[in-house]
Amino acid sequence: MLTALLIVFPLLAAFLVFLAKGNGARNLAMAASVVEFIISLGALYQFKHNPDSALLKFDCVWVQSLGIHFSVAIDGLSILMVLLTTFLVPLIILTSYSNTYRNVQNFYGLILVMQMALIGVFVANDGFLFYVFWELALIPIYFICLTWGGENRGAITFKFFVYTLFGSLFMLVGFIYLYNHTNINGAHSWAIQDLYNAGKSLNAHQQGILFWLIFIAFAIKMPIFPFHTWQPDTYVNAPTQGTMLLSGIMLKMGTFGVIKWLLPIVPLGLEQWGGTAIGLSVIGIVYASCIAIVQKDFKRLIAYSSIAHVGLISAGILAANQQGIQGALMQMLSHGVNVVGLFFIADILFLHTGTREINQLGGIRSMNGNFAVLFLIIVLGSVALPLTNGFVGEFLLINGVYQFSAVIAAFAGLTIILGAVYMLRSYQTIMLGERRDSNIVFGPLANTDKAVLIIICAVIIAFGVYPKPLNDIAEEATKVVLMSIK
Amino acid sequence: MKGLFIISGLGILAMLAEIFKFKKLLLPIVLLGIVAAYAFNYFEWSKGLSMPYFDNMISFDKPAIAFSGIILATAFFWFILANDYFEEESNLVDHFALVLFALVGALMLTAFTNMTTLFLGIEIMSIPMYVLAASKKGDMRSNEAGFKYLIMGSFASAFLLFGIALIYGASGSFDIMAIRQYISTQGAEMPMFFYVGVVMMLVAMCFKVSAAPFHFWAPDVYEGSPTLITALMSTVVKTAAFAAFMRLFLVGFGEISGLWTGILAVVVALSLIIANFSAAMQNSVKRMLAYSSISHAGFMLMVIMANVRSNISLDAIIYYSLAYSIGSITSFGILYSVTKKGNETISAFNGLGKRNPFLGVCMTIAMLSLAGIPITAGFFAKYFVFTTVMGTQYQWLLLLAVITSAVGAYYYLKIIIAMYFKDQEEEAPVAMEGANKVVIILTTALTLIIGIAPGMVAEMFAF
Repeated sequence: MLTALLIVFPLLAAFLVFLAKGNGARNLAMAASVVEFIISLGALYQFKHNPDSALLKFDCVWVQSLGIHFSVAIDGLSILMVLLTTFLVPLIILTSYSNTYRNVQNFYGLILVMQMALIGVFVANDGFLFYVFWELALIPIYFICLTWGGENRGAITFKFFVYTLFGSLFMLVGFIYLYNHTNINGAHSWAIQDLYNAGKSLNAHQQGILFWLIFIAFAIKMPIFPFHTWQPDTYVNAPTQGTMLLSGIMLKMGTFGVIKWLLPIVPLGLEQWGGTAIGLSVIGIVYASCIAIVQKDFKRLIAYSSIAHVGLISAGILAANQQGIQGALMQMLSHGVNVVGLFFIADILFLHTGTREINQLGGIRSMNGNFAVLFLIIVLGSVALPLTNGFVGEFLLINGVYQFSAVIAAFAGLTIILGAVYMLRSYQTIMLGERRDSNIVFGPLANTDKAVLIIICAVIIAFGVYPKPLNDIAEEATKVVLMSIK
Repeated sequence: MKGLFIISGLGILAMLAEIFKFKKLLLPIVLLGIVAAYAFNYFEWSKGLSMPYFDNMISFDKPAIAFSGIILATAFFWFILANDYFEEESNLVDHFALVLFALVGALMLTAFTNMTTLFLGIEIMSIPMYVLAASKKGDMRSNEAGFKYLIMGSFASAFLLFGIALIYGASGSFDIMAIRQYISTQGAEMPMFFYVGVVMMLVAMCFKVSAAPFHFWAPDVYEGSPTLITALMSTVVKTAAFAAFMRLFLVGFGEISGLWTGILAVVVALSLIIANFSAAMQNSVKRMLAYSSISHAGFMLMVIMANVRSNISLDAIIYYSLAYSIGSITSFGILYSVTKKGNETISAFNGLGKRNPFLGVCMTIAMLSLAGIPITAGFFAKYFVFTTVMGTQYQWLLLLAVITSAVGAYYYLKIIIAMYFKDQEEEAPVAMEGANKVVIILTTALTLIIGIAPGMVAEMFAF
């Protein structure tokens, strides 16, 4: 019931927000997302104390003749992702308080619809339902980018939409193929467990094909080299909140999908092609890091750094061992928080100074010391300094990849070094030294902005110092996943 | 059967309206008549009274009831949309009568059980459409459309007739059940010209449903005809042609499916490729929708081809026709209001999201449905196609379908982008009449409802 509520509540709230006017819409959306966060905390409480609780499951028939159920449940994997979503959405809404958008009610309504679809993706326990939510998540973000995006948004969102749709359709074909191989008393079924069994009953060749059919959708969403070409432009052109949704949460749909909807279905396919896919991920890490180093636009730099990070996550997942997947889960959480922080920093810089060109900025620390400290913490989090949240995940990830292959781990490890290069260098250029342009002034931060940054920094430090509560969940969840692969 | 009489009666009544001066009352009478026609048909069928009529020439069975339901529902919506179109015309009653007679032909096509009824149905449906296509007398393009449609249509009819004659020559019967019987008893002993006949009929039917490579007439005719007549062509005419196609090939020639499915696979592949890539390059919305209808024809043929004798196939194609028809009615209805000033390129939609947000949202939903995005009807339609084809030897077509679907999304999005991203050239808000608005609301709601509860459609006819 609680799980269904998590999906239905944002949708209902979205309808109210669509009807509201002006700032009322913004406050309503904020309130709704906070309530949603509290509901998800309730789900977490339930999960901690009674993981088999009926409260966490919901199942009703959607289309009888096709065996499609509206079946949702929260397990260890989904609770982490749901928490990430419900935590980030209020923050994302809060970051918009210093901006004014046209047609605010549509903007916030779409964000809530997006939240509904994202949570749906994370809790779906029915292959068809998963696909529907997966596609559904594309529509609100498409309109957010198209309506409130930057200069060249028409062509760019277009590429984004068609690209991801293309991948998804392959996944649909793959799922239908699986569905046709399920056999429950003579009928087909979409239930996740039945799909797992159907996948395992296939021979290695079939699993290999299925691996690519499904993986391509996830690879485009993450994105993994060479499917990443839509990403930098889209991130840069989307409105800040859209970029945050894309990079903070939507990207995790891909990695989450690999863990829950790919690995347990095609273990033999993974054996066959996992190495190739890891290779692509690692190429992406090095390639994106190198491009990030030469970027002049700070927002674009973060976009490329995101490709590098997600490459490591995907390599860890595909290595399919305890450390790899557990690290991936932890890194998905911390990357979500850090990347939202970084994009917010880019937005603040742009709002205050009118530019995102790294070389035009400088000496901002002398104008606003507090901002410099908060920015630094977020930078350190994203370069995975020990005692920040980024460290836990990256450490486990590299460990996991190392078990798979030492050479690949060596390349994957470059992400930390190169990450430090581009992040610290851009921090140095932007914040330290002399002011390059005396016209640029950097006033005090708005209160809401400050609040967002402080919350993000607090999370970075808190989970860097004491990652245990989430790590425990991730560890258990990983064991379950590995069990189903075997 | 009574439904067919009612619609025919309405057609005759429409011609009398001018003489007896009840032009104003005509629309309500027609709407009531359509509802009554369907109600009679449905009750006849549900009570089991729908035995074959006229020496087994026509039979309103399950598929016929389902398809005529789709046709009559779209016709119902269409008449309301066409309300002010008729008012502008001086020969109002002629147009009413022509559309109604085309409808009679369409109903016959859904229910024929004999080759002669098939041919009669096609001609009764097509001849009024030729006239309607050319009904903008002053417009060269409309004249061209009518002319082209007539020539090409007659050409196809000739093929059809020749095919029927050859098949009759071999089997000695016009009855499709008898032909089926003939095929199964004769087996491989059939004369060569029987096969030639089947292929000729296949060509003719592909003309009628405008599948590539027999589609060349469609873009020109769609573009030249008055917008609402184009709407009629792409919904009622298309659905009827498909119903006929399905019945003829699945029932009549189902036993030799090996012969025609191979050819059809090529037709489908060509339709998907040519239509989608051409549509992506169009600037005129009507031409784009014409190509889009060709690509949908490809999808529907894929279902017919893929699953020769199962119920899923029937279910899938009925659902697809419904989803496509209501999506088209919405988009043509909006296109009609938007292009009243004469600009029929995509730029006519510029800024519609601001000029009329309501129409913007409805058009968006229609486009997403035609592109096959959940939770619209178009998604399930596409899903059914994929599942049906998955179990056959034509899996390579699926790959093609996926790629061309992505191309399809490209041109449907073009309209959405024009509505929300491009700035309007003219400030004038787009007006729409109350009655038309109701139609658009209904069709949009239907798109979402059957998109969320696709089981409804199948359950209605208890397949």
